[in-house]
Amino acid sequence: MIDGSQVLVTAGIVLAFALNGAVIFTILDVKGASWMQRRPGPLHVGLRGFIFPLAEIIKFFQKEDITPTNVDSAVFKWAPAYVLASVFGLFVVVPISPTLVGSDLDLGVFYLLAISSLSTLGVLTAGWSSANKYSLMGGIRAAGQLIAYELPLILAVVGVVIQAETMSLVGIVEKQIEFGLPFVLSGQGLAFLIFMIAATAEMMRVPFDMPIGESELVSGFLTEYSGVRFLIFYIAEYMNMFILCAVASTLFLGGYHVPLLPAEWVNFYGPVALLTKTVLLGFILVLVRWSFPRFREDQLQNLAWKILIPLSLLNILITSIMKVVF
Amino acid sequence: MDEILNAASIPYVSEASVSVEIETEDMTLNIGPQHPSTHGVLRLVAKVDGEKISSVEPVLGYMHRGYEKLAEVRTYPQITTLVNRIDWVSGFANEIPFIAATEKLMEIEAPERAKHIRLILTEMARIASHFVFNGAYALEIGALTPIFLAMEDRERILDLIESVTGGRFHPNFNRIGGVKPAAGSGPTTKKNIQDLPAGFYQDTRDAMEKVLEAVERMEDLVGGNEVFKVRTKGVGIISKELAEEYGVSGPILRASGVKFDLRSQTDFLPYDKFEYEIPVGENGDCYDRWYVRLLEMRESAKIILQAIDSMPSGPLQTKVPKVIKVPKGQSYVRTENPKGEMGYYVISEGGLGPYRLKVRTPSFSNISILPVLLEGQLLPDLIAIMGSLDFVLGDVDR
Repeated sequence: MIDGSQVLVTAGIVLAFALNGAVIFTILDVKGASWMQRRPGPLHVGLRGFIFPLAEIIKFFQKEDITPTNVDSAVFKWAPAYVLASVFGLFVVVPISPTLVGSDLDLGVFYLLAISSLSTLGVLTAGWSSANKYSLMGGIRAAGQLIAYELPLILAVVGVVIQAETMSLVGIVEKQIEFGLPFVLSGQGLAFLIFMIAATAEMMRVPFDMPIGESELVSGFLTEYSGVRFLIFYIAEYMNMFILCAVASTLFLGGYHVPLLPAEWVNFYGPVALLTKTVLLGFILVLVRWSFPRFREDQLQNLAWKILIPLSLLNILITSIMKVVF
Repeated sequence: MDEILNAASIPYVSEASVSVEIETEDMTLNIGPQHPSTHGVLRLVAKVDGEKISSVEPVLGYMHRGYEKLAEVRTYPQITTLVNRIDWVSGFANEIPFIAATEKLMEIEAPERAKHIRLILTEMARIASHFVFNGAYALEIGALTPIFLAMEDRERILDLIESVTGGRFHPNFNRIGGVKPAAGSGPTTKKNIQDLPAGFYQDTRDAMEKVLEAVERMEDLVGGNEVFKVRTKGVGIISKELAEEYGVSGPILRASGVKFDLRSQTDFLPYDKFEYEIPVGENGDCYDRWYVRLLEMRESAKIILQAIDSMPSGPLQTKVPKVIKVPKGQSYVRTENPKGEMGYYVISEGGLGPYRLKVRTPSFSNISILPVLLEGQLLPDLIAIMGSLDFVLGDVDR
């Protein structure tokens, strides 16, 4: 029996967390860009530039939502919603505090990785249905890239799962509390690095933004989208960035836990702690985005298959041996 | 790391024992005329198989403005307004060779001071042009930040050009036999006309300091970036022989290892008085072409600083008749434009305007190498190679 109120509460948590996360990361990205590039707009205009992202979002609502004549209309229209929904799904299992969690699944990590690969389909269909050669190439690039980086992402997490002996995300955090050190400092440093690189590729952010690659493919799979549908993709991108950073801080940085603070107060400081860690990781991504060029498609595939996957397999091997020895 | 990333990836045609061979047609991809990285309205008709390009055909002419024909119905002083619109990124550098060709026909020479001012502004135009290239090239490779920084730095140079000439892009500052008095200095009949604005020397010194800083920063931010290196090193190699065969010029030729710079051969600008180096590349790849231009900015800044220090005094203008008539004859003057070799071939029948004006623009000759370079490359490399040739469409089509 599914408890109706439980579903509502879960949906409420997910919505609040996801939307706020997207807003926070949009502001972070825009402010980071303007800070690094000396753009006066988002840095000084209107409440020190903080209402700039708001203006950007309102702009999208004003724009006409164009559906070109030759597109596969139904698929074209539903693809953004599909991408957004698959990102939403990720928020369900991430613990904001020990009790404030959408659903503490026993197979939380498994669920997370399974859902995160769903958005590939949305991106691919968006590119395919747009009836545009640039969109098509963008969509295919996205599919190739997401499949390639799904593997190191999963394999990096496998190391954590072996060390924590559980797939529940709350369980993984509890294990780190029990151990006294976050996993990034106790054996999973390499996995953390691989996870962050693969996650950046999953988000399709610089230096892995070939699916969008505006200097080559105009705007990749987003070329034909405009108005609100573009906005949905845009929000999904930032939500995805936020949730992957949140997952990384949960898996590797101890999630909601802060050492030296009393455990019974965790419901108060937990969300703040998680948010702080997430924003710090996001800030690194912002720095990377605004200072790196993008890889070429084949270089990106080589990086995944020839460097990241062997390294993550090595990480699993080392973790397993350490687990058996100690 | 580089070797792994650039290793010949999956063989293009798999020789594995697949029983069904799927033959697919090449897709024709129209890159441009409206595309973010074709520098305007160049159109490339590319046949692509997936990411791989089998052939490329550049289609020109979307920006043809008929300047050569227009010049036939204009007088000589009017033509300067046309020629600085050919390559608008370095407008001033385009005026000089035309003026020099005309002066050669009339057998007059500009005074030393005017020559110095011309040289300083030409080098400023070169710096401005290379700033645009440096920013835009990083943008094409995918880095967004350098263009903002480069544009801000270029603005200082444009401000200086504006303070002397009154125009940022189209200075229209040269007169046959000299240069115009500075912007806002009153009618030329006044006794003490001001040629350079007050504080110009100090402003220029400050600006050049900033240019040297910017070059250093660019070297660090873009050149020191691993991803940038992986994307540009060994990509789009133009060998010495190929470069000479196709008649590419300017930084592209020098990046391929040919030490050829027309500045040392010009007699109408006093380059021989100053010390500067000619940066030369080794491999002729995209990275070298980027790096040579970056180093050239440094050399240009040095030339400007020297020219400021040794500025001679004297008149701005030699005596020329009120109505300029050029004697019958023909002359060709070529010079080192920021983008390569630029030449003007003027044929005069003795009238108020030329009988025929042929413009040899660097960009047009430089992009003739595109089909050869791009064959068999990947689509992202197409952008990297195209960007490294640094052409302006106005310069291609005239």
